[in-house]
Amino acid sequence: MTSPAFAAPMPSSVRKPARLKSLVTTYRVPLSIIALCLLPWLLPSKALAVNVLVYGVVAVGYNLLFGYTGLLSFGHAAFVGAGAYITGIAIGQFGVPWYAAVLLGVFGGGLLAFAIGALSTRTRGIYFSMVTLALAQLVYYVALQASSWTGGENGLRGFTVNKINLLGYDVNFLDPVNKYYVLMTFAALALWIVSRILNSPFGAAIEAIRENERRASTCGYNVERTKLLSFTLSGTICALGGTMSALHLAFVPLDSLHYHASGMIVMMTLLGGASSFFGPFVGALVFLVMEDVFSLWTSHWQIIVGSIFVLFVLFLPKGIWGTFLARVMR
Amino acid sequence: MDTELILMQLFSGVALGAILVLTALGLSIIFGMLGVVNFAHGALFMVGAYAGLWVASLTGSFWWGLLVAPVMIGLFGMLIEYLLVRPLYGRSIDDPLLLTFGLSYVLVEGVRIVFGSDGIPFPTPSSLTGVVDLGVGFFPIYRIFVVGVVVIVVLLLWLGLEKTRFGLIVRAGARDPTMMRVLGVDISKVWLLVFGLGVGLASLGGVLSGPMRSVNPEMGALVLAEAFVVTVIGGLGSLLGSIIAGLVVGIVISMTALFAPEMATIVMFALMALVLLIRPQGLFGKLA
Repeated sequence: MTSPAFAAPMPSSVRKPARLKSLVTTYRVPLSIIALCLLPWLLPSKALAVNVLVYGVVAVGYNLLFGYTGLLSFGHAAFVGAGAYITGIAIGQFGVPWYAAVLLGVFGGGLLAFAIGALSTRTRGIYFSMVTLALAQLVYYVALQASSWTGGENGLRGFTVNKINLLGYDVNFLDPVNKYYVLMTFAALALWIVSRILNSPFGAAIEAIRENERRASTCGYNVERTKLLSFTLSGTICALGGTMSALHLAFVPLDSLHYHASGMIVMMTLLGGASSFFGPFVGALVFLVMEDVFSLWTSHWQIIVGSIFVLFVLFLPKGIWGTFLARVMR
Repeated sequence: MDTELILMQLFSGVALGAILVLTALGLSIIFGMLGVVNFAHGALFMVGAYAGLWVASLTGSFWWGLLVAPVMIGLFGMLIEYLLVRPLYGRSIDDPLLLTFGLSYVLVEGVRIVFGSDGIPFPTPSSLTGVVDLGVGFFPIYRIFVVGVVVIVVLLLWLGLEKTRFGLIVRAGARDPTMMRVLGVDISKVWLLVFGLGVGLASLGGVLSGPMRSVNPEMGALVLAEAFVVTVIGGLGSLLGSIIAGLVVGIVISMTALFAPEMATIVMFALMALVLLIRPQGLFGKLA
């Protein structure tokens, strides 16, 4: 996408926005990080800002599969939840230091994504969504049954991280601002990794599969393996989001594994715009702010969010950010 | 473990499977004809159960609830197809799926507003309470009734699809909608009716299952997952597959509940994973 060699000569009237677009695309990670640094000072509460960070990472990771590979998974809550549960269990029940628990959570969530991906990428088309949903529900019921590990219906508690040691300094992790900027480093890392993946030849391969699976296969790509790799990478990023939420809340609710949580990730991604890099992050921001505002008015805020989502599918399928990009930077 | 207990459990498996067959058939018919996976299917099952309860309490008779609610919700389903799903034909196959998912949020929350968030008991009609001695053990009359209703509905459905002019149009339309248009059939009317029929089947399942499990706004979530598992095992779009897989899943769940209760919620997913490993297109599905 950044390579100027393929840019066709354009009339001068449109050249300027096009150059702006390529600038934005080239520096999308630094620009995102600047936006993230400002975010907690623009939102009504710091806890909301951390939530946006967590679900922003999850949605951007999810979009690797949905927006770029063209696979609609309804099971990504399993990887977010697995990351969160593993981190919580490692800290609370084994006394593992927080950074090792984060690594374990990311690795474990990635492994689960590999297993579920291996089964679900065997199916084609619309089956994929149904199978990912069903396999993720399997994870939900396993967590419900294994209550001695997971706390069952009550969720997982008892692993509060009070302070963390960074380069020899003790940082008070209960302070929301400290928490935000520590977790922001993870988010920035995730954004950078996803951006690198999309710029790599692999990123071109998954887009080729999205556009035309048969053609990609004829070109010599191993479609099934590429899908599986994309699924695993996407699940791993989501697991990172899950470990971040575990550190943030010091609590993992069982509902974080339910397919409604997967659906929430899909909604965020679509609200923001699945066709763009930063769209899912915008979607997470908009969704969580809507939840924050509407839940003050009514406990039935989901009816508003659901209706808005239906309207988006009907009339604004590119999402907020995608439509904005298409309007401003044609 | 005596045989009587096993037989009784086997029979409750058949009754559970019968409900699964209804929901999976609805899902499968809609997909086979319209190419739409209805993610609001579980929510419509739940709405059907509430509608049955509401009609039954208005008229004072379970039978009115059983008759009127599926028709009512089926008509509501036609409205959904006409207003919301129809604009999405020709777009990505994911779009109707996403739309119906959003719709399920609206339906669940709407029911919470009208009927409250807590579960409501759905009384078994007095003429169907109690058990009957079949020589090999005592079986609840209501479950026998459920199995009977499902058998009749499936037979009617089969007759309707195989022996009537409308059924011929439906089957031909599933193969080649463009050709049907060329032949002068208004296929969009057929789609409307088929969507209504599928939704009606789901809500009939909802009313029937009401007295077997309590009615609450969240009941659709499990039903949707169950219907997906059944259709993936049976093969999406295959009616015979939905029937056989529904019964198998029902029996496997209730047998597991007898021998290893902690595995009962997990076993159907394991079964699906196994089928995916051996036959990714489902037992009766055709390769795409």
